[in-house]
Amino acid sequence: MEAEKIISIDTKHYKENISRRNLAEKIFNVILLISVLFGLLMLTVLIIDIAVGGIAWVRPELFENYHSRKPENAGMKSAIAGSIIVILLTGLFSFPVGVGAAIYLEEYAPKNRLTDFINLNINNLAGVPSIVYGMLGLVVFGRMFGLFSKDSWFVNLFNIPIESGATGGWKFFLFDIPWLEIHLPFGRSMVAGALTMSLLILPIVIIASREAIRAVPPSIREGGYALGTTKWHVIGTLVLPIAFPGILTGMILSLSRAIGETAPLIIMGAFTYVPFLPKTVWDQFTVIPIQIYNWITLPQPEYRVHLAAAGILVLLVILFLMNGIAIYLRKKFEIKW
Amino acid sequence: MLKNLSKSSFISFYNPQRVRNLRERIIAITLFGCGVFSILVTIGIIISLFSEAIGFFLRPEVNLITFLTGTNWRPLASQVSPENFGVRPLIRGTLMIAVISGSIALPLGLGSAIYLSEYASDRLRSILKPSLELLAGIPTVVYGYFALSFVTPILKVVLEDQLGIRVSFFNAFSAAVVVGIMIIPIVASISEDAMRAVPRSLREGAYALGATKFEVSTKVVVPAALSGIISAFIIGISRAIGETMAVTIAAGATPRMTLNPLDGIQTMTAFIVQVSFGDAPSGSINGQSIFAVGATLFMMTFVMNIISASILKRFREVYE
Repeated sequence: MEAEKIISIDTKHYKENISRRNLAEKIFNVILLISVLFGLLMLTVLIIDIAVGGIAWVRPELFENYHSRKPENAGMKSAIAGSIIVILLTGLFSFPVGVGAAIYLEEYAPKNRLTDFINLNINNLAGVPSIVYGMLGLVVFGRMFGLFSKDSWFVNLFNIPIESGATGGWKFFLFDIPWLEIHLPFGRSMVAGALTMSLLILPIVIIASREAIRAVPPSIREGGYALGTTKWHVIGTLVLPIAFPGILTGMILSLSRAIGETAPLIIMGAFTYVPFLPKTVWDQFTVIPIQIYNWITLPQPEYRVHLAAAGILVLLVILFLMNGIAIYLRKKFEIKW
Repeated sequence: MLKNLSKSSFISFYNPQRVRNLRERIIAITLFGCGVFSILVTIGIIISLFSEAIGFFLRPEVNLITFLTGTNWRPLASQVSPENFGVRPLIRGTLMIAVISGSIALPLGLGSAIYLSEYASDRLRSILKPSLELLAGIPTVVYGYFALSFVTPILKVVLEDQLGIRVSFFNAFSAAVVVGIMIIPIVASISEDAMRAVPRSLREGAYALGATKFEVSTKVVVPAALSGIISAFIIGISRAIGETMAVTIAAGATPRMTLNPLDGIQTMTAFIVQVSFGDAPSGSINGQSIFAVGATLFMMTFVMNIISASILKRFREVYE
């Protein structure tokens, strides 16, 4: 009698407990689904919002004209050219150093405090706000600490001929080769912008390249060493060719981050209104995101809403293509070991 | 005899072994240089920020105490005095963005991470995760546009028209909303990595005791991955603090000691952009003030990144 009672109470308790817990499970499930879908919903709304605002304004004038006082004529030719050149230069600068650092850290670096410090430092650099890189670029590349300003101790010491005028600085030809023109400091040129961007993406390039190099199995290297060849020969002929698609993918993804960056180039001194195409890498420039920002800040809705959205559409298409190429490369050259 | 030959300088100059060794050495040194380059970048950041910031603080018109405690930021005022260089309004603006965007992104990011790690099938996950990460790849200037063209109008309709609460066209809240959306994937991605690193056996032990999925997620997986999750939160907030274009576009340019998120404010980053657009000459007080603000910003994010890295390191030691 007593035992039966206990069991019946327990069953009731158990049933209540189980239904309560199942309810909690269901509610939790819905909450989780909402949190995933919120992000995706916002992504959809954002793309629709921009497409509605800008699709009618993506027209030939956008690519053929410079910014104009009449919105119907305004385009962003110089910004597109600027973005392409700056991105190519950024790739050119960051690729050798980034991949070199990745090779060093994966293949050469001994396990010691310096290596630990370099790793910590790279992770930290990845977390530095992009605007800070802009300030670094402004001081180091743009002004070069004022070393080449008129009457600085450096200029007086070496008797460097400083040009007068707005840009100023020291211009010369490296090894007297006519196309190797150098301007010091780099000022507000595309070289300065691309160097700033290179430093910004350097940690991402290093981290991505390291992953690609690490994915090459050690047995490949050991096979090379067994043939009696040197370390660099193993890396150069075995490791790098296998890791190359991965490195390239990481490089493209890093550059797609750089192409959307606005703040560092504004700080570094990129212009908002550039009514000409750059002739040399030492020219003034603007880029697509700065042109978009400039349009957003103008009062007329044609600029603020429509042209800005049209510019964003162009930028998003470029980003989409770059990511598509990166994914295609990764899939095409993926090796399963 | 062979020994003698190899000792002669003529032979050793053409000794392929020595040439090869020399080449190996040069390559190793070059690669070492690339590895150490990142340290030079950090040193460059510190020197360039602080040399200009020190120049700013050495001016008679400013001093460090009023900079850190002052509640007025009026660098463009005609009368230049220490009272006009108090950085607290800018810090207040930045923290307001960080708090609001954090309270959006941290729960949603954590929820997404739990869903991706514990609930979603592999197939669903392989679709959801990359699409969520698209949010992180969208340029920040686009988020600024989105805040002005979508979030602010909705706030106006809902709060101003329905409830009669005044909403400024440029306001902290809509900027914070888009910054929150922006950092959801960062929080989700790092938290999910931490959760997937929790050993299967822990989950299976809990299931064997009759726990539901909800209980396994919240009482086993999340506590076990807690250090990774906290680290993700800190990185997310640190991103929000350093975020520039969205807040410059949507939050306004009026440094203000307010707690009302529907007012226009100015963040540290937005001030730096404002002055850079004004083309302040190098060496002028405005040109230098951005470096004082930039140094403050750098130190805030630097400390947060260090804390998150040390938490993450401890977590890695547990499960590897």
